[in-house]
Amino acid sequence: MNIAMLLQMAAETFPERVALTSSGTHYTYGEIYSAAQKAAQDFSESGCEYVSVLDVSSAAVPIALFGAGIAGVPYVPLNYRLAADELKDLLERISPVYLITNDDQKQLVEGADIKKLSSTDRFLDFVLSGENIEIEAAEGGESVAVQLFTSGTTGKPKAAILRHENLVSYILGSVEFMAADEEQANLVTVPPYHIAGISAVLSSFYAGRRIVQLPNFSPEQWVELCESQSVSNAFVVPTMLSRVMEHIEGLEVKPALTSLKAVAYGGGKMPINIIKLALIAFPHVNFTNAYGLTETSSTIAVLDPDDHREANSSDDPEIHRRLGSVGKPLPSVEIEIRDDEGNVMGHNHAGEIYVRGPQVSGEYLERDAKDGDGWFPTRDAGFIDEDGYLFLSGRADDVIVRGGENISPGEIEEVLLAHDDVTDAMVLGIPSDEWGESVVAVVVLAPGVDVHIADLQAMVRDKLRSSRVPEQILFEKELPYNEMGKLIRRQIKALFL
Amino acid sequence: MSDIKPGLRLKSVVCDTEAMVIKYSGDEGISCGGAPMIDAKAEAPEKGTASDGFSDGSLVGKRYVDADDTMELLCVKPGAGSMSVGDTLLVEKSAKSLPSSD
Repeated sequence: MNIAMLLQMAAETFPERVALTSSGTHYTYGEIYSAAQKAAQDFSESGCEYVSVLDVSSAAVPIALFGAGIAGVPYVPLNYRLAADELKDLLERISPVYLITNDDQKQLVEGADIKKLSSTDRFLDFVLSGENIEIEAAEGGESVAVQLFTSGTTGKPKAAILRHENLVSYILGSVEFMAADEEQANLVTVPPYHIAGISAVLSSFYAGRRIVQLPNFSPEQWVELCESQSVSNAFVVPTMLSRVMEHIEGLEVKPALTSLKAVAYGGGKMPINIIKLALIAFPHVNFTNAYGLTETSSTIAVLDPDDHREANSSDDPEIHRRLGSVGKPLPSVEIEIRDDEGNVMGHNHAGEIYVRGPQVSGEYLERDAKDGDGWFPTRDAGFIDEDGYLFLSGRADDVIVRGGENISPGEIEEVLLAHDDVTDAMVLGIPSDEWGESVVAVVVLAPGVDVHIADLQAMVRDKLRSSRVPEQILFEKELPYNEMGKLIRRQIKALFL
Repeated sequence: MSDIKPGLRLKSVVCDTEAMVIKYSGDEGISCGGAPMIDAKAEAPEKGTASDGFSDGSLVGKRYVDADDTMELLCVKPGAGSMSVGDTLLVEKSAKSLPSSD
């Protein structure tokens, strides 16, 4: 089945219902479907093998996504924040391409085989006007629907591929068709080149929930759109929620956000104090923590609203700590924790998270990372408690091996962050002749305070043990995060090399 | 129909029902309203009527499965007929309630 079928069903069932609000303009399911068919015809006629949107969110995003699906070519959204030479590399990797962009950097397109170059506005004018045409959609199924370049926080971006069958399985398994009322609206702030941006389009369209796009996140606009567009659902990354909470804190008249019913978050580790603040500030909102990866077509585990309330109000430390968990696997996926030798670990034992299920692609253009039984090693480290709740403890690649001992940076970071004057911290391993790897840390202090390195080292020695003590600690003004709130580890590592 | 496989779109010959094959194993054909469904691309014969016992209707967006879970169809267009394998009606797959996560 083709992902475009999801749109076709919505368009045939509720052609007049508003699917999308973008910069104040409404688009119905009928309009988007008809535009996607026109786009598909143009993609096919151009002779392209990829369709790419290099721009912020707009109506062009769902139209190009579904249009590419109908035409049977992969849709590849590109990150408009990348530097010109990085983009140039990626464009060469997706040639010949039909490129939709408002980016006027001409040097970008040198070297790439561009079958057609269209500005976003011109593309939209073209597909939204003229006669309707009917095009038979490509088969879908095993062919590639979406290709996403990973963020490359640890190295060169990899081309993750999601087949139609992966995305369709995810949607059919987790979304009820047209379950939303016409009044519901989903505020989408994640960038279109992120898996959460893709799944937001597919889920919302299939659920019949209007999407309200916020192309460039700001907490002021987020709150304003929640109120003016009667937003009922929203997905945020942790940094967005903390900026919203900070913004609201500073307002004299607090917004009630009465229409807001559900907020899902994911894409990075949510600080416990932020989610606690949010639970207090918005008791009427259902919070869901969604854990997923590009390679798994988005969400594979959720900590649902009841879990949040139970954990937050519980005195039992085992239950309370679940506020920091990513919840339980979706019914359609299996999750296992394995050690380095591949043995499946018992409850509360940390190892690498493996996942299997029809929505799991686990594939890159260069290779299939799944094993023979269909298990995908996520490279995320974590453990599962007695009741089946999954906890993340960092990236498996981040584990420091010092003198044969495996050390998780997360446990040391937690100790450092417990210091009153430490606002952020990151621990990593650097090559060491003596130990193989040695432990080092970068620490961000609150403005205007001084802390002795020896005091921080003593804290770690007291709370953990001497092998965990960072040999070097550097103070920095801030840590480098990308726009999704992911630490750019290679930049930090470079400070020590 | 002999070559039923996932991704094939079927239509009813007695009503408006259309369905995508999600999962299929076996060699029995799929019926709607008591009459064998055909490839949605095929020329439609003149519409018949749904037989008694096969006329509860098919709902768009619902997934229909057999008792052994060997086949699954997604109804993509609603109609008056009910889908079956031989005389055995397919049943609606119960939806799990998950909070919207994206």
